[in-house]
Amino acid sequence: MQRSTTLKGYRKDVGVALKNEFLRKAMDNFAVAYRASRENAFRELDSERLIQDVAELKDRGIDQMEALLDQFIAVATSKGVHVHLAKDSQQANEIIATIAAESGAKRVIKSKSMTAEETLLNPYLEIKGLDVTETDLGEWIIQLRGEGPSHMVMPAIHLSRYQVADLFTDVTGAQQSNDIEKLVKVARRELRQKFVDADVGISGANFAIAETGTIGLTTNEGNARLVTTLPKTHIALIGLEKLVPTIREALAINRVLPRNATGQAITSYVTWITGPAPWGGEADGRKALHIVFLDNGRRALAKDRDFSQVLRCVRCGACANVCPIYRMIGGHQYGHIYIGAIGLILTYFFHGRAKARNLVQNCINCGACKAVCAAGIDLPSLIKAVHEKILGEEGHPLTNTLLNRVLRSRKLFHGLLRSTQLTQRPVTTSDGYLRHLPMIFAKEHRFRALPSIAEKPFRDRWATIAPSVAKPRFKVALFSGCVQDFVYPEHLEAATRVMAEEGVALAFPMDQSCCGLPVQMMGESKAARDVAIQNVLAMAAERYDYIVTLCASCASHLKKGYPKLLADHPSLADKAERFADKVLPFSSFMVDVLALSSANYTGDGEAVTYHAPCHLCRGLGIREAPRALIDLSGHRYAPASEEETCCGFGGTYSSKFPRISAEILETKLKDFQATGAERLVTECPGCLMQLRGGIKQRGIEMEVLHMAELLERRRK
Amino acid sequence: MNLSILWERSYAVSDTSSTALFTHKAELVSTIVHPAKRLDDALAYALSACVEKEACPMLISGCEAELSPPAEALCETKRGKIIAAPDLDATLREGFAEQCDQAGIRLIHEGLRDHLGGIDIGITWANWGIAETGTLVIDSTREEIRLASMISEIHVVLLPVDRIVGGADEIADALETAMRDPYNYTAFITGASRTADIERVLALGVHGPLELHVLLLGDD
Ligand code: SF4
Ligand code: SF4
Repeated sequence: MQRSTTLKGYRKDVGVALKNEFLRKAMDNFAVAYRASRENAFRELDSERLIQDVAELKDRGIDQMEALLDQFIAVATSKGVHVHLAKDSQQANEIIATIAAESGAKRVIKSKSMTAEETLLNPYLEIKGLDVTETDLGEWIIQLRGEGPSHMVMPAIHLSRYQVADLFTDVTGAQQSNDIEKLVKVARRELRQKFVDADVGISGANFAIAETGTIGLTTNEGNARLVTTLPKTHIALIGLEKLVPTIREALAINRVLPRNATGQAITSYVTWITGPAPWGGEADGRKALHIVFLDNGRRALAKDRDFSQVLRCVRCGACANVCPIYRMIGGHQYGHIYIGAIGLILTYFFHGRAKARNLVQNCINCGACKAVCAAGIDLPSLIKAVHEKILGEEGHPLTNTLLNRVLRSRKLFHGLLRSTQLTQRPVTTSDGYLRHLPMIFAKEHRFRALPSIAEKPFRDRWATIAPSVAKPRFKVALFSGCVQDFVYPEHLEAATRVMAEEGVALAFPMDQSCCGLPVQMMGESKAARDVAIQNVLAMAAERYDYIVTLCASCASHLKKGYPKLLADHPSLADKAERFADKVLPFSSFMVDVLALSSANYTGDGEAVTYHAPCHLCRGLGIREAPRALIDLSGHRYAPASEEETCCGFGGTYSSKFPRISAEILETKLKDFQATGAERLVTECPGCLMQLRGGIKQRGIEMEVLHMAELLERRRK
Repeated sequence: MNLSILWERSYAVSDTSSTALFTHKAELVSTIVHPAKRLDDALAYALSACVEKEACPMLISGCEAELSPPAEALCETKRGKIIAAPDLDATLREGFAEQCDQAGIRLIHEGLRDHLGGIDIGITWANWGIAETGTLVIDSTREEIRLASMISEIHVVLLPVDRIVGGADEIADALETAMRDPYNYTAFITGASRTADIERVLALGVHGPLELHVLLLGDD
């Protein structure tokens, strides 16, 4: 549970987590294993279709939340269920404590419920004098340790068998071995007694079916079945977003949820409970069934056009499983109660701004979460949107304001970069955006060597190098992005030559500026919008067949971000769409449009490995073109494991959380070295800067090249 | 749902492909699947499983590990082997009880609450099998059925092959009908109880059965 109030404090906690070797190893193994098991689980299915279905049916449910709630209450009440509606956590806890008190309960058993974690139910009930026992193995372990969960599905993933053995030794008062199988059986037998003694069982639920007043629970251990069967009173605490119209929606979600959560086709148990079932503790007994629906901001969220998507979440935990940051620091530092990408967002809505303030800044925007979300939620955008909301509420930091001003004027911005070239010294305040550019890195950036600003930016070289092409096959405008323009003009030069030789007429519109992604990442969408307008006008897309960029991040922002940013613009919305249609990243243009022939390239099939930039592979779905280019240009593509995992750069991210960035980089470099290749190619100047810097710093024998450079070298 | 209809009939071999798929998917999650021509064969199977099963003290459920005193005390209540078959037809049960008796095993069909420390074998019917996931659908509204499938160390399920459907959506209507009742408790069961909560290592039998056996009735 992350509760630091300052960014500095948060960074410190993160630093401690990064040094936890067991955690790191456990997370690494998990990240790799999860990917394989998810793939396996969806092998025979069209996962995208299924996820799309879940997204649509959840959206419908969110729209009808009030009606579904009314229907559920009416149907369940008619069957003798006591249905309660709690407006917030406090009220939910009170309702549950009152039910327990009225039934004369002393001992409570619980099955796993993130909703109960959200309301901090256990401590509340304990204060009320109840003896509460979690019965999910992982939850029991963390309860005994007085911790919160570190994963939504596997709450004790941060602990080793040795820690569990010590814990169980304490609890049973008898020495326990480190054998996992045995530890599990100790829990089985210890907890069985708790089941027998309990007066109240509390569960969550994965589904609340309005049509029949049924709740559905998915579990693997079977504890929820005992919790809902043995004690007379059963209380289910359920978030309102779990409402679905009928069993059909529940079954559709259940095809995705377990596959996405743990790679299982289905969990061991799915339990459907309708009305108070018979209870054998007394003659002709029936259960007392209470259902407590939790609002806690959900009803307002359902009506919030920008954020209602959040309620689609089915709590599969996948967005944490694939997150490179989660992998490095674990769940206790990557959420307050809810964990992973969705946790960053939910923390704001359920637990308030103060708890979310630091967390939402710790996203590198790699898009890995979005690519696997069971409900198709655009998580990275929502994280940014929450960040921006917080800035709006608390005021924008001075550096952001300065940067907004600088970026809005291309001349001012470029002027600043030029003067920086002369001094190669920091030009803005310590946290300023310009640290995103290489010259201004402080000591925390020493995990990689950094390049300096080029003496002459590409824009100043253009007049002398602009090729003239007779009878061009295509007319193309180059979009440079600021890093390539000012730090790596040689990439653009290489691309210019290679493309001209293929019969492409090139232009470089001088009024183009930074694409605006860095400010967007800082939660400054207004400035991002202004810059987008400038670029759309500057690039004059109508004059060209394509707009090609060598920066994957720019490409994805121009293509996907601009139409969204300008969707409401009265005169530019259409223009932005047409502009976006023409944008292509370099490799895609070379392979898909030019159909580059290997005949023009020589080579001995030297092994070249590849880093897939997040914004290229997931952002734009371009996976094959870069690999093909490696082979076409006389090399042999040598795939690295986890080719698509983020390199840890993330623009401003690497200056905000340099230690996490460094650790992510470390893992990546090991993967590349394992391929045996001596050359590494990528297609994003940010990634290249990070990778090159890391390799240089460590003295690794490997050359990092931009795709354009790789091609130019082998051109006949 | 009235299950007596199911056991009285002869079991036709039905759609072999969904039976094969069910078997395959069930085995993937450690379910032990066996064909059984007749109900007698299925019960004989359950009985021999119980005879062969080691009695509690040696069982993998971990009796050798010391526990806290209350938990130990609960374990002490478990004496002698027990099979629970709460939804077997009465006449059938009588014959079966005799066989169990001869093997020194107690057959019960109610009062499972007196055995919460655990029973050796629970036998229940399944209403459906879902091939896509190797899942058993069991109407467990009666508490004795619920308990037989929860507190048994081995759960033996009788599944007529013609009750196997391809996917869960095919039985959505039937489930909904059952859920329209004033009360209903339906379980989807797929494999034994499992956890991976300690170091993500899979362990079977955390709170529910350690083993799940399915007898496909009507299959050759
Ligand atoms: S975008 Fe990447 S870093 Fe951000 S939450 Fe998603 S997976 Fe994590
Ligand atoms: S946001 Fe998506 S991936 Fe994350 S837990 Fe929710 S459904 Fe799963």
